Amino acid sequence: MNQLTESPDHVRHTGHPRKGFFTDTSICIGCKACEVACKEWNRNPHDSTDSGYELLGSSYDNTGSLGADTWRHVAFIEQDKEQIGRARESGRALVSLGMPGLGPPGQDRAGSLAGADTTPPDTPDFRWLMSSDVCKHCTNAGCLDVCPTGALFRTEHGTVVVQDDVCNGCGTCVAGCPFGVIERRSDGTAGPKTARDFTPGEQAPTRNAGVAQKCTLCYDRIVDNQTPACAQACPTTSIKYGEREDMVATAKERVAELHARGLTEARLYGANDSDGVGGTGSVFLLLDEPEVYGLPPDPRVPTADLPRMFKRAGIAAAGMLAAATAAFLAGGRA
Amino acid sequence: MANADCIVIQGSNMAECHPVGYQWVTEAKARGAKVIHVDPRFTRTSAVADKHVPIRAGSDVVLLGALINYVLSNELWFKEYVLSYTNAATLVGEDFLDTEDLDGLFSGFDPETGQYDLSSWAYERKHGAEGQGGHEHGADTAARAAGHQYGSGGPPLANPQFERDMTLEHPRTVFQILKRHYARYTPEMVREACGISLEDFDYLARAVTENSGRDRTTCFAYAVGWTQHTLGAQFIRTAAILQLLLGNVGRPGGGIMALRGHASIQGSTDIPTLFNLLPGYLPMPKAEMETLQQYLDGIASPTQKGYWAAADTYTISLLKAWWGDAANEDSEWGYQYLPRINGPHGTYETVMKMLDDDVEGYFIFGQNPAVGSAHGRLQRLGMSHLKWLVVRDLSLIESATWWKDGPEIASGELKTEDIATEVFFMPAATHVEKAGSFTQTQRMLQWRHQAVRPPGDSQSELDFFYELGKRIRAKLAGSTDERDRPLLDLTWDYPLNEHGEPDPEAVLAEINGRHLTGPQAGKPLSSYTEMRADGSTAGGCWIYTGVYADGINHAADRKPQQEQGPVASEWGWVWPANRRILYNRASADPDGKPWSERKKYVWWDPEQNRWTGQDVPDFPVDRAPGASPDPDAGGAAALAGDDPFIMQSDGKGWLFAPKGMVDGPLPTHYEPQESPIANPLYRQQQNPARLTYPRPDNLSAPSAGERGSEVYPFVFTTYRLTEHHTAGGMSRWLPYLSELQPEMFCEVSPELAAERGLEPYGWATIISPRSAIEARVLVTERVKPLVVGGRTFHQIGLPYHWGVGQDAVVSGDAANDLLGVTLDPNVQIQESKAGSCDIVPGRRPRGAALLALVADYQTRAGVTPETGNQKPTSPGRASGRGTKEEN
Repeated sequence: MNQLTESPDHVRHTGHPRKGFFTDTSICIGCKACEVACKEWNRNPHDSTDSGYELLGSSYDNTGSLGADTWRHVAFIEQDKEQIGRARESGRALVSLGMPGLGPPGQDRAGSLAGADTTPPDTPDFRWLMSSDVCKHCTNAGCLDVCPTGALFRTEHGTVVVQDDVCNGCGTCVAGCPFGVIERRSDGTAGPKTARDFTPGEQAPTRNAGVAQKCTLCYDRIVDNQTPACAQACPTTSIKYGEREDMVATAKERVAELHARGLTEARLYGANDSDGVGGTGSVFLLLDEPEVYGLPPDPRVPTADLPRMFKRAGIAAAGMLAAATAAFLAGGRA
Repeated sequence: MANADCIVIQGSNMAECHPVGYQWVTEAKARGAKVIHVDPRFTRTSAVADKHVPIRAGSDVVLLGALINYVLSNELWFKEYVLSYTNAATLVGEDFLDTEDLDGLFSGFDPETGQYDLSSWAYERKHGAEGQGGHEHGADTAARAAGHQYGSGGPPLANPQFERDMTLEHPRTVFQILKRHYARYTPEMVREACGISLEDFDYLARAVTENSGRDRTTCFAYAVGWTQHTLGAQFIRTAAILQLLLGNVGRPGGGIMALRGHASIQGSTDIPTLFNLLPGYLPMPKAEMETLQQYLDGIASPTQKGYWAAADTYTISLLKAWWGDAANEDSEWGYQYLPRINGPHGTYETVMKMLDDDVEGYFIFGQNPAVGSAHGRLQRLGMSHLKWLVVRDLSLIESATWWKDGPEIASGELKTEDIATEVFFMPAATHVEKAGSFTQTQRMLQWRHQAVRPPGDSQSELDFFYELGKRIRAKLAGSTDERDRPLLDLTWDYPLNEHGEPDPEAVLAEINGRHLTGPQAGKPLSSYTEMRADGSTAGGCWIYTGVYADGINHAADRKPQQEQGPVASEWGWVWPANRRILYNRASADPDGKPWSERKKYVWWDPEQNRWTGQDVPDFPVDRAPGASPDPDAGGAAALAGDDPFIMQSDGKGWLFAPKGMVDGPLPTHYEPQESPIANPLYRQQQNPARLTYPRPDNLSAPSAGERGSEVYPFVFTTYRLTEHHTAGGMSRWLPYLSELQPEMFCEVSPELAAERGLEPYGWATIISPRSAIEARVLVTERVKPLVVGGRTFHQIGLPYHWGVGQDAVVSGDAANDLLGVTLDPNVQIQESKAGSCDIVPGRRPRGAALLALVADYQTRAGVTPETGNQKPTSPGRASGRGTKEEN
């Protein structure tokens, strides 16, 4: 869709299918193994560098959000009966609008509820949502579009990765991400003090301080046919990893299955290729509106507006020029 | 569990505390199983279950008893299974009196000793079958009623010739006794006692019964939420009765899953770190068992049914493994080298003995009692009485630093310069720095390979003990003192690797056992049935025999699931005999046919004349279904074709336990040691046979109806979080884990927060008769006030991972400091799942003021060492029958 930045076919790479995650939050048990496995593998600093070790005041979540050091983040949301009812209603509305979030019109509607008994089970009094968030590896990646140094690049697996040694820490990408994922790393403490490549008992140095950091979809693992650390550690297969096409298909099946049980609150996030970022490499099954999980409801890559902006700027410039010329001509006459 | 149609998780927070095992619940759910979580709090398990049923902590026997009553009164029990495979039809003797007759006590209770004489609970013997080895009488039961005397086989039962009534109509059949015992455990009683609505009970009862029978199976999963009570063993017994009635034992997707708390806690009971057991659940000899024969007679009668009758072969093979040539016929196979016990010597008794200056030294391995054991103050004060203390751990845990930065230093009770204990810290290797086996919750041994060498002076346990043994033996070399013989005669000859450390596979081979003489001399044993009592075999733990069959380390078997059948018998090795489901003979009907195609598992193949199926049959492989051998034959030979419970002395599943449980043949509801609720069922408030320790430093709160109970009006329950490991030794030193749960907190309902003025994420002080701690406040609807006995009842949740010290990344007050020491009489576990407390806003006082606060509460409540410690509840208290809560 955005021809100014990446070509529409950029994600397709000859010989390599696009890789991605499917995070099924309906079977997440909130164990945070993904957060820890990610930090262990990527040697990310712990998050309490600045804040100290204190309760965040957000149910069982004490890392807060995705950022330079936390590349997988598990959100915990406690909801009462009324909120559950609303989620069910809003999901039902999506379904009856023919928009179960299952892809663009014309594609087969795995989520069609015709004929299925969708009498919802009794609404429970209470629920506790858990969801592991991660970089979306967008089809049209804002961070990559705006990066002036080329430090961010599209890999052969269709993922978006920062080259630590190229990034100059300008921070443009931070504003370019519609999800608030990418962030510059500040100085701090890193890793457990007993880590073997550091001197035991001494604080390990922070790597990559000052440069932009985010999930690499474990680029260094997938090039060796290894599963990304978070998906490998997930005990309930809530985090699945594979070819993006398969992930989206699995996600659609799962949503259809939940809908068939009357759980209309289930919906997909990121699977729609005509959304503001052209769909995401990481797709999610959510049980409520995206905002509830801290996700933007309608993410839009900022560079998507560039053509229109350039056009308008061009018109404005032409107008200015015309006005100036007119003024000059008029002035000349006077 | 993946094969279950319904899973009830009760007394466990499985998704949080066993996240890896929880994959099988997720799998079962994906296949359509219903998952129900019964727990005082809404936890991460509840979040992914189909239904959460909140329950009052400690009232589980009422709920399970009501399910039993529901099954019996609605004729929902699995008739063929129950008649053939359980003791439902067996008659109990005329002397037996139930708790219904005695208002909360069974016959045989001695108010003087607080213990039961078990003799009146016996089966009725057939005339002329009064064999030897029957029930003991009188004083000798009192001397050993603390549950420290049996191995897992329970007590011997001699010859199993008992009266049975297959019509189940005789009033003294187990079936009729059961019916009467649970008649008052009704849904209404559940509402009164557990705070569970009639609708929720109905949902649970339907789910369990509709998913049981020929075609479907239900399984229960529990953990320490059931065990850590003054009648913990009886909680599990109640579930066992229910599962037997529903035919859910020995079948795929059935059973009662005991979820173990750490990587090899199962292994540490199989090859035990417990004072009362030898490897393979053989009992530790008692002081009065002077000869090997006396010891063996105490385990099993050779004329009883089943595999315990061969205990002599297991014992003598064990002694041969330990003492080699020194174990011979003349030396009674080295029996005299074994230590003897003369009473309970569990961890809490040891701590009391420390306080009495009766213990000089203490080893702490993989344990942090200053934080993780009940009554932390008692633990730390006990250690201050020691001469020496060795702590082996990964980090300087609180049990190694209490003498300089513990809570008693802060309160002024202890002064570092006055403590004479010499503390040694030995660094330990982590699980990736050593090789060996882990035995997990399914009894599966899985081999770990060493990934990296341990840093610095850190050592594996194996290396440490080998080295310690070597040095002690060197010091004793040449000694002529008889008491040094056991150490000097030990087989201590393991092959060493290039680093001079013993090879863990050699230890596994020793545990597995080998032939010592005969044509196969030197060859590993392939099954415990090859063990002999004549010294021709050695083996360190009979139930593990087979793990090293043919010289192959089967614990290291790792064939992927995709490359083998659903039972995956080539992944790891499961004791005994690589059998994945115990008592699996019960997965077929009495004729040996599968109960249904859907639940087919092990069956009789009439053509080959043997048992076959997906798993290793748990039965003599050629014993035909209809066989009825001479019951006098004894041992496995006496098992009839329909005796699936091959370790029980009558081959049947025990609905009624004539022996083995010291606090009752049938589970009965008693309130916790401390409870603001009066027992709604009986006059008897607490388990009359519980072990109490009335001391000024171990006070209990008054229970309902006693003066001062309103001073500690709330109930607290302790638990774990996914992010931390027990007392924190493996997590609070790691920044990645510490940041996930950085601070000690308490979980309270919005209603309780409003009542007590607690600010969300502010501080609260929680006071029990033992101590006071502070915690941040998590106000959450996940904790719901319950209506019990007509009034609102609040529970407070306390994770127990934090401790006071200066070395960890994160520290905080320890929840276990609030607990007292009152124990289950069968297994001597502490009651840490229910205790009485008060909660007030703000941080706790510092220094001596903390002690003053605790003392002030004690005075206001009028507690003395006697409070709550009467064994039979005094007759003054009104019976719970038909009466309402008194306050």
